[in-house]
Amino acid sequence: MAMSPAVPRSSAPPRWQDYVQLLKPRVMSLVIFTAITGLVCANAPINPVLAGVAIFCIAVGAGASAAFNMWYDADIDAKMRRTRARPVPAGKVQGADALAMGAVLSLFSVMLLGMTTNWLAAGLLAFTIFFYAVVYTMWLKRSTPQNIVIGGLAGALPPVIGWAAATGTAPLNAWLLCAIIFMWTPPHFWALSLYTSEDYQKAGVPMMPVTAGAASTRKQILIYSLLFVPLCIVPAFTGLGGMTYLAVAALGGLVFLILAWRVFRSRAGETGGQRNDDGLYDVKASSKDARNLFAFSILYLTLLFATLLAEHLLDLPAVGVF
Amino acid sequence: MSEPTPDPTVEARARRGRNIALALGLVLFVVLVFVVTVVRLGGSVAHRPF
Repeated sequence: MAMSPAVPRSSAPPRWQDYVQLLKPRVMSLVIFTAITGLVCANAPINPVLAGVAIFCIAVGAGASAAFNMWYDADIDAKMRRTRARPVPAGKVQGADALAMGAVLSLFSVMLLGMTTNWLAAGLLAFTIFFYAVVYTMWLKRSTPQNIVIGGLAGALPPVIGWAAATGTAPLNAWLLCAIIFMWTPPHFWALSLYTSEDYQKAGVPMMPVTAGAASTRKQILIYSLLFVPLCIVPAFTGLGGMTYLAVAALGGLVFLILAWRVFRSRAGETGGQRNDDGLYDVKASSKDARNLFAFSILYLTLLFATLLAEHLLDLPAVGVF
Repeated sequence: MSEPTPDPTVEARARRGRNIALALGLVLFVVLVFVVTVVRLGGSVAHRPF
């Protein structure tokens, strides 16, 4: 059981910053951003106060999932350089406190979202928390190399929740935003895991490079990238994105494919290609292509959603083929 | 190997911190429910027949 590791107990009382870290604020910022995009793209009249509270609830729900994850994964987090400084493995916050915080924030966020907007949005938020905490963290993460592929659904749902909060419905365009994040997740995380697989191996997490090897992972990154980039173009033809979006998606997609091709041709993830310190971006020469794809994937997704957001806020015309 | 005994002073400070955070969280929840209720009911209450 994951909750039984012998984690050190700090002699100092936890600071409020430690509890903030339990909520994974960097992940939360991406959730807020994509949820706002979904809410704005819905083009529905919603009171700005209710919209603000809805986004707050989605953010708190994401934080609750993160707290559950930190409670359950404290044992493997303690073994990996990227995660060993997290509050629970570092002994700054007790696992039971993280669990309690996750439970309280889950109830708080789902109930308040339901009261503020509608129960479809609240139900989707509850499902997202359950999917991340139980399906991904407790089940998939330790049992299959497809963990981040299936588990990626939890990270992909916030724009649908935002859309549902504004309209009470979840139409095809909302699920298109979800599909883009879902297909983005494998090349993004596998690029990272190519140069951190040593850590995952040490922790016993069956990430793709650990179980299938680096060459197979590089091939799958390319395959997912070939599926992901055309999918990013689709919103321009469903009335969701405009000309600017089309240009950003096409040009950025081209760069994405070039970087994925370079990863495929590289020796990233082979022995000796591991990271050599605690930084996510400081890697040995053979893994630089994987590092570049990882970094660009974040930029590309941010650009796609920022463009959609800007087009809808500025009311720019859509391409409107359908 | 037995676990080190936690320092009672540190435990008490940690508990106090958690209690304050819980209190603030509850106050925030109440304020948000109040604001949401006012916003959602605002129009209906203002235009209700007397």
